Amino acid sequence: MASLAHSLLKIPTGISGFDELSRGGLPRHRTTLLKGGPGSGKTVFALQSLVNAARQRQEPGIFVAFEESTPEIVANAGSFDWGLPALAKHKIFFLDAKLSPEVVQSGEFDLTGMLGMLKAKKEQIGAQWVVFDGVDVLLTLLQNPVAEMREIYRIRDWLKENEVNAAIITAKLDGDGSQIVNYGFMQFMVDCVIRFERRLEYGVALHRIEITKYRGADYVAGEYPVSFGPSGLEVGAPEPTEIRQVASGERVSAGFERLDTMLGGGLFRGSSTLITGVPGTSKTTLAGKFVEAACRRGERTLFVSFDEGADRIARNLTSVGIRLKPHVKSGLLRMYSGRTESIGAEDHLLKLKALIREHRPRCMVIDPLSAIAKAGGIEAARAVANRFIYLAKDEKITVMVTAINEGDEPETEATDLQISTIADTWIHLSYLIRSGERNRALTIIKSRGTWHSNQVRELVLRDTGPMLADVYTAGGEVLMGTLRWEKEGEERAKTGRRRAEFEHRRGELQVAEADTQARIKALQQDLARQRAELATYSSDNQARIVSSSDREQELRRIRSADPARRASGGSGNSGKGNKKDARHAT
Amino acid sequence: MRPKKSKSRASSRAVTAVVVMRLYIADGAPNSVKAVANLEAICKEYLKDGFELEIVDVLDFPRRALADGVLVTPHLAKLSPSPAAMVVGNLSDRRSLLGALGIHE
Repeated sequence: MASLAHSLLKIPTGISGFDELSRGGLPRHRTTLLKGGPGSGKTVFALQSLVNAARQRQEPGIFVAFEESTPEIVANAGSFDWGLPALAKHKIFFLDAKLSPEVVQSGEFDLTGMLGMLKAKKEQIGAQWVVFDGVDVLLTLLQNPVAEMREIYRIRDWLKENEVNAAIITAKLDGDGSQIVNYGFMQFMVDCVIRFERRLEYGVALHRIEITKYRGADYVAGEYPVSFGPSGLEVGAPEPTEIRQVASGERVSAGFERLDTMLGGGLFRGSSTLITGVPGTSKTTLAGKFVEAACRRGERTLFVSFDEGADRIARNLTSVGIRLKPHVKSGLLRMYSGRTESIGAEDHLLKLKALIREHRPRCMVIDPLSAIAKAGGIEAARAVANRFIYLAKDEKITVMVTAINEGDEPETEATDLQISTIADTWIHLSYLIRSGERNRALTIIKSRGTWHSNQVRELVLRDTGPMLADVYTAGGEVLMGTLRWEKEGEERAKTGRRRAEFEHRRGELQVAEADTQARIKALQQDLARQRAELATYSSDNQARIVSSSDREQELRRIRSADPARRASGGSGNSGKGNKKDARHAT
Repeated sequence: MRPKKSKSRASSRAVTAVVVMRLYIADGAPNSVKAVANLEAICKEYLKDGFELEIVDVLDFPRRALADGVLVTPHLAKLSPSPAAMVVGNLSDRRSLLGALGIHE
């Protein structure tokens, strides 16, 4: 019910972004005041609303031009695709309300006659929209604040009597102070006030719009960027607060296999990847590889580059084995090269939108996105970068953007655009300087929703394309370039040496084993011999002991020198003692 | 109020060039009423009968006024003798009006 009520109260202008900002358009049957300085976009806004009403809803309109002549207006609008000359014949009536310089003024005049003529014209063509553009220009001639105010009220009364769908009055309020009348009172007279502003930031014109008043209706407050494109003025309306993008589980190649492996299988379809790095770190090459891979899958792809010709980029990429030209020829790939010096970020976004509409890409590269910050303030560039990422997400485009960062610390990166927080994947390229050479290093700082390698890898450019080198670590660091090459050689030498050493040691051990075996054999032989010897010796000795004791007994018996007791006791002692005793006794 | 919205007065003397003028007004609007009065006074004083004046009420003839390039009212067009001239306003500023009409005091 609420939305129905809104649609009854408001009438759409058909101006992209504004109808969102105003939640439906201008107040129906009411008067809207557009205020702002020269060149701020008031006239374009008013005329575009009229054109849209005429083209989309067949509602005729009247445009009263106080500031410019009809031919001037038609010529100025010639850059827009409105088909104004045709509309001016049938649907839109232009009234040249600019007094010729030859006109002499004598006393006070008023708008009674003009409004009478407009009433007749309105009835004649059935006009539903009326624009009074630059009403202050004519009224200033009155040189009388009271008279000017009176004429403004005359217009208001006329608008009340001659009800139209919407009426727009534009005026340079809050101007340079050259006016006698402060048109501030007009803001209280009308139901809706829209402020336009054109200001210079870093030498680039930026346009802003703000709804400052909307009687009895809901609208989005705040200042929003305005840009001018082929279809006229466009308002950078705020993105919907709620993010409704559907997350895809499908993976697409980031360009080449090893990188995909590092990313846990590739990039998610519809995700955004940020590649940062100082100049010369191969950001473009990585982006080019991603584009080539996309084209090979047969996906429509858009390659947007800034400040470098598309042809040159294609040629330069050929040197690393990336061939884009065949895809350009087949129409699969659209390469667009833009200049950045003179146009603000808003205009870049508009151009990107137009390119996306035109080419309908599934994959897209902007190289470098940081270029949009070149002209016009960084604030605008940040907003545009963010909006671009969201736009790509809404369109389900897998996007890869590069950004130059000063310095080489990923932590301080934050790219001036501050998109690292909204990008799904962030790859940082850097130079590692060691042993007198620079080597490109690739780090995946983050990759949402997927496993990814945490290792710093060396990015090597070959004529067959970029690749990631094998990992060698030493002293806790990944080795790169010559150091890696040396390490690889060293590793090979070391392995050889180790193998030789092993062989040698094995030989030695074998020899030792054989030696031991031989010694065991010899010892066993010794043992056998000794056993045999021992056996022989034991039997000999027994024989001898027996014979000597026999002899002693013989002798004793012969000499009768010893008692028989001694002789028996002496038999338990050693043979030697016995022998001694025997000798003593002798 | 005014039965005839368009009227003219032909001159009888052809000695001096006849000034042909057309005054576009929005009938009833104060400035238009003033303009008619101011112009008639001037004509009486300076041109005697040597003028032709047509008064057009744009509220009655809006298309004609549009075609004639009229914007604001009152609007006085001096058609002849050349140079042609256009004066806007209630014609209260006599000097600029006389200058535009080529009348020397």
